[in-house]
Amino acid sequence: MKQKTYVSGYFNDDKDLIVAIKKLQEKEVVIADVRTPFPVHGLDTVLKLRRSRLPKAGFVAGSIGLIAGFGFQAWVFTEGWPLNFGGKPFMSIPSFIPVTFEVTVLFAALALVFGFLLGSGLGPGAPTEIFDEEVSNDRFQILLTANATKKESSQQLLKEVGALGVKIHEPKS
Amino acid sequence: MYVSPVREPLISGEKSYEKVTRDIYSPMAGQPGKLWYAGLTLAIIALMFGLFSIFVTVWDGIGTWGLNRTIGWGWGITNFVWWVGIGHAGTFISAILLLFRQKWRTSINRSAEAMTIFAVMCAGLFPLIHMGRLPLAFFIFPYPNTRDVWVNFNSPLLWDVFAISTYFLVSLLFWYMGLIPDIGTIRDRLVPGIKKKIYAFLSFGWTGSARHWARHESMSLILAGLAAPLVLSVHTIVSFDFATSVIPGWHTTIFPPYFVSGAIFSGFAMVLTLMIITRKALHLEDYITKNHVESMNKIIITTGSIVGIAYITELFMAWYSGVIYEKFAFWNRAFGPYWWAYWIMMTCNVITPQLFWFKKIRRSLTITFIISIFVNIGMWFERFVIIVTSLHRDFLPSSWSMYKPTWVEVGIYVGTFGLFFTMFFLFIRFFPVIAIAEVKSVLKSSAEKFVKKK
Repeated sequence: MKQKTYVSGYFNDDKDLIVAIKKLQEKEVVIADVRTPFPVHGLDTVLKLRRSRLPKAGFVAGSIGLIAGFGFQAWVFTEGWPLNFGGKPFMSIPSFIPVTFEVTVLFAALALVFGFLLGSGLGPGAPTEIFDEEVSNDRFQILLTANATKKESSQQLLKEVGALGVKIHEPKS
Repeated sequence: MYVSPVREPLISGEKSYEKVTRDIYSPMAGQPGKLWYAGLTLAIIALMFGLFSIFVTVWDGIGTWGLNRTIGWGWGITNFVWWVGIGHAGTFISAILLLFRQKWRTSINRSAEAMTIFAVMCAGLFPLIHMGRLPLAFFIFPYPNTRDVWVNFNSPLLWDVFAISTYFLVSLLFWYMGLIPDIGTIRDRLVPGIKKKIYAFLSFGWTGSARHWARHESMSLILAGLAAPLVLSVHTIVSFDFATSVIPGWHTTIFPPYFVSGAIFSGFAMVLTLMIITRKALHLEDYITKNHVESMNKIIITTGSIVGIAYITELFMAWYSGVIYEKFAFWNRAFGPYWWAYWIMMTCNVITPQLFWFKKIRRSLTITFIISIFVNIGMWFERFVIIVTSLHRDFLPSSWSMYKPTWVEVGIYVGTFGLFFTMFFLFIRFFPVIAIAEVKSVLKSSAEKFVKKK
């Protein structure tokens, strides 16, 4: 992972955070990341985050599950291993529904979870940079990327919008 | 959001975000108490006894059970259905209540979901043991094999395999994805060391980034949307095990909705039984308040009444159908040799929960605790009544028989309690029992007094 220099500042309240982000955006400052202890309502629209593609991934995977689940049962009972149950039809659609449903749900759920993990770069033991351990407690943090020349100005910017504990985080070599 | 003055807060006391973290983390910090060790030891002993009983069953054969030719399903399947039912409350709370935007779920969803997972583990054991040859249990899955045969997709028992394994996996993923941010919180509270490294590994590298939260929210919502019909399908399919057969007393179309509401009914009772103790033991009275208990009691009375109506409908249909076998089956349930089981079921499921119509009783922890245990017992007897009393009077009177469990069957049941509580004790020790991030997100609108940090 390529490490960058960051400048961070935090807020004690989610409302202050949103106000500060809006102020920074007016000055056309690029915000590298915002970290919060819980999902802050409306933060994604303020940051203009791209809408997650997870719903689509879930739908596609669910559809594959539906077709695979139903298709497989249909194949088994007509071609693979047809069993005669008292002369009932081999292709008995109603009795394929429960398994089809379960496979659909399973595929969609797996796609959602793995899509979330892969998309976010999360996973067992994934490397991570935590600049302030209080972020997972009660601090709402804004991170700005900064190269050597911009460090001071970024610090100044964060202080201007009311950020507390403004700090520079140099990459660990 | 506007909070009307008559509505009581969901979280009592003066709370700041920091206080929430501290309150929920504190039971995990420091050394566990004597009670925890005592409880865990007891649970492990029960688990060992269960494993021994399973060993006896597999080693000596099914003859060690009290089953006979007429009564082929006894305690094993009763316990299976009972445990699966208990699991349903967790998914109901975390998925269906999430879709309905019920904020009170945030205090109880984590532990209820954990119960779901442990209960389904206990449930899954019984069909496996029942099949006899445990090492060959993988035969139930369709996989390409040298015998060139496939499983029977027409059988409700196979639908069960798919339903229960999907349910277990999806619940586990849903639960763990919800845990990731909170494990991150725990990781950041620990001093550097081996413990911190383990939590860092388990936290999947969570940082609390806005991008991750946005995806997390989107995933949780759709997973809830998937889990909601899934949970309804699971007990529906369990009921198909009975309903698609031709045994009088089993062959009824009312079974799916009746089983699903029964499952939620018994699940909430188990959540109450455990949470009333847990909130006291872990000092979480501010988070799991009387309002939570009251809300759960309202669900109990709703689902309990549905179950009661189902019982009466069954009786009516047996009489109205004019089928002598049906009529006999239900007459025999109530007044036959197993009359006591039927009346225990009726009392515990239909009569005592009706006390929750009184607000005083709904809000009384002691009475709720007692009634919740009654419901647990009643719902166990419901499955016993359906299975054993329907089977013991066969079409041929010469096959009529009675059933009594042996110590081996009782031992396996005790063992599943051991498994459940071993997992539960480990859970409350090593994971946050309340969803920290979710409680914080409703804190401003739902706390009695929100304290802003200066």
